[in-house]
Amino acid sequence: MSTNETVIDRFKSQIIDAKKQSTCVRIRGGGSKDFYGVNLEGEIVDTNEFTGITEYEPTELVLTARSGTPLKEIEQTLNENNQMLPFEPPHMGTKATFGGCIASGFSGPRRASQGAVRDFVLGARILNADAVDLQFGGKVMKNVAGFDVSRLLAGSFGTLGLILESSVKVLPKPEMERTVLFDLDIKSALEKMNTLAGSPIPLSATCFDGNQLAVRLSGSEIGVIAAHKKIGGEVSEGASYWQSIKEQTHPFFGSEGCLYRLSVNPTAPINRYTDALIEWNGSTRWVWNNGTLAEHQDFANEHGGHATVFRGNQLGNPISSISPALQVLQQKIKNSMDPDGIFGKNRLFAEF
Amino acid sequence: MGHSERDLNENPVALIDKQTLVKKFLSVLSTESVKYETEDLTPFECDGLSAYPQIPMIVVLPENEDQVCQVMRICHQYKAPIVFRGAGTGLSGGAIPYDQGVLLVLSKLKRITHIDPVGRYAVVQPGVRNAAISEATKIHELYYAPDPSSQIACSIGGNVAENSGGVHCLKYGLTVNNILKVRFVTIEGDIVEIGSEGLDSPGYDLLALVTGSEGLLGVVTEVTVKLLPTPEKAQAIMASFDDVEKAGRAVADIIAAGIIPAGLEMMDKKAINAVEQFIGAGYPMDAAAMLLCESDGSSEEVASEIQKTTEVLNKAGATEITISSDETHRLKLWAGRKSAFPAVGRVLPDYFCMDGTIPRKTLPDVLKRIAAMEDQFQLQCANVFHAGDGNLHPLIMFDANEGDQLHRAELYGAAILELCVEVGGTITGEHGVGIEKINQMCIQFDNQEIQTFLNLKRAFDPDGRLNPGKAIPTLNRCAEFGHMHVHRGEERFPDIPRF
Repeated sequence: MSTNETVIDRFKSQIIDAKKQSTCVRIRGGGSKDFYGVNLEGEIVDTNEFTGITEYEPTELVLTARSGTPLKEIEQTLNENNQMLPFEPPHMGTKATFGGCIASGFSGPRRASQGAVRDFVLGARILNADAVDLQFGGKVMKNVAGFDVSRLLAGSFGTLGLILESSVKVLPKPEMERTVLFDLDIKSALEKMNTLAGSPIPLSATCFDGNQLAVRLSGSEIGVIAAHKKIGGEVSEGASYWQSIKEQTHPFFGSEGCLYRLSVNPTAPINRYTDALIEWNGSTRWVWNNGTLAEHQDFANEHGGHATVFRGNQLGNPISSISPALQVLQQKIKNSMDPDGIFGKNRLFAEF
Repeated sequence: MGHSERDLNENPVALIDKQTLVKKFLSVLSTESVKYETEDLTPFECDGLSAYPQIPMIVVLPENEDQVCQVMRICHQYKAPIVFRGAGTGLSGGAIPYDQGVLLVLSKLKRITHIDPVGRYAVVQPGVRNAAISEATKIHELYYAPDPSSQIACSIGGNVAENSGGVHCLKYGLTVNNILKVRFVTIEGDIVEIGSEGLDSPGYDLLALVTGSEGLLGVVTEVTVKLLPTPEKAQAIMASFDDVEKAGRAVADIIAAGIIPAGLEMMDKKAINAVEQFIGAGYPMDAAAMLLCESDGSSEEVASEIQKTTEVLNKAGATEITISSDETHRLKLWAGRKSAFPAVGRVLPDYFCMDGTIPRKTLPDVLKRIAAMEDQFQLQCANVFHAGDGNLHPLIMFDANEGDQLHRAELYGAAILELCVEVGGTITGEHGVGIEKINQMCIQFDNQEIQTFLNLKRAFDPDGRLNPGKAIPTLNRCAEFGHMHVHRGEERFPDIPRF
């Protein structure tokens, strides 16, 4: 029996034991996203040993890997072939795994222009709540056979099943990237983000960090230069800047308390959030403290979105608030895939 | 395929009193919005898949969301099965009615409710035509990207239900990648908002689950779609090849060169000839295959990508390359591709359009095997191919009034879908399962996987009354269908004797 099969057997017996004993398990790779969630309950199922890229042919634009594969290794392999994960996933530490990247559903600066993890997930192989090995989606770019379970797993934080392998669509790296800065106040920066996002330019990221508006252009050399000429702005070293936004190592993220993420209509006003960091062409506002979840949710409701506690949640408290009707559907999904509540109890919701 | 003797009654329902239902519907809808006489029902007997017509018991055409909710509540109260229908252009039979049920048609909900040019989204009712969105947002230099070939007729509600694609998916994604939010009505008649005007929402991604759920989970009454800035320029290259395999390799070469074209289409000789005779798009009649490759962006970007792509195509052995000279020429080249289905329909009265997706590298082998099947089933097959994303549309031509041609065409189609699964692909890339490919679901998925789908279905619709008999087969159906699912190249229980 190969090592991988031994590891899968261990996963299976942990799931079956939990079911028998009515306990729960917590699926964990590098633990780099442990900071996120309502609670961390259950015996750890450690996916770190289940590694390896199982399939990758650059011209197919599809990569399949086991969940414990270090995210770094995946990015390195893609980089050697001049390709990338289009959603630019945050690692949030040195030990991030591919499985954690899919399960967390966190996306980086390229989110607004290219899409999120869920936009690039093509398929998944999972162990369900009965420890049965199942496969959904596939390794091809278009697939509408059956419900889209593999996309549903993106962002589910291991609460619906244990992701063994995932297949994702990858893209060629842009020939050139250029970051330009604009000295603007927060209100004008937000307006500019929306204007740029509505213009036919190769925009790949925007961020206002309290001081300046940073704009990244990505594409062919000639296209990037032409777009820069059109929009102006002072050229700046971009790579380390975007890295600091993606990994939340930028000084903005150095505060203490509760970090909230407001995901709202990109044109939502600045309102009382004058010290927010704004990303994703205006649709994501990061704010420290400045009120309770309920208060932030009120603002978000008014502007077509949601507030989430991203960091600093007091264990046991909810991290988001959704409509009762939506909550019912969320619970139904959970019950249908994990009726005994074995996986990741209370990670996403205080109720289940 | 294989539905000549299909039985929809997989989820037996109590006999429903038609008169009672009609009366109830008339209490909430106008007279002309409730149809129950045979002559009024007949126009709804099928969708884009015409081979399996079925007359519904009652057709209702609500005019607003409130009426949709009321219809849902009445059906829920009387346990009436419901099938949803948008423009009725679907190719997999997803909107084929249920004889003992209600057909809920959303075509009267056709208002574009709101366009936000700064926030770059539009709020539209489900009956709005796909192309109407881009027409309405053109003045803001914005557009809605997914463009199924039926875009002038198909509605956005149907696009959501099927997760429709189009020729620009490789670069811009499918419906699921281009919508932000839906208003969703449950079987109980309750409204749930799924998604948001922002980008990510808390909890499970219900928007991904609902998109492409083929009317099995509920119905959508409003869709918020993303709008993209209209590219400054678009230009197309048409490249001819004397060999299909060379054309297939050229596709891989383009991707390998780091180019993601806005569209990358392939057509084989039969498809080229049918199109050329139909509309005269200027296609190369002597070529074994042709590629249509589009670049979009700023003038500078387009110029550089066209140059790069041309180099790759030349190196890959293209025998002739034509670059669109202006917008009229570009649209003419696309008109050919977009009329491929009706063009093939002119060769013989009927055709089945298959929709498998395959890993691109298997294309030459798959095309060879599809061609070999022409002899086996004594039917002709033309191939059009969204080459960029590996989505193959073999068009099996037949005449349903000639002997057993329909039956042979079904078998041919089934064999193609099974081949797609065998090479690592899927039975449907963008048309949906509907009734057309329901048996092949048993090949692509094993019983436990199908059970997972059935459990999800049950979570929304415990008694199986929404679009019964479609998209997800029952385990009984799979057992009767008799094909054994082969899991990752091995049998599930190799030591159990099989007879």
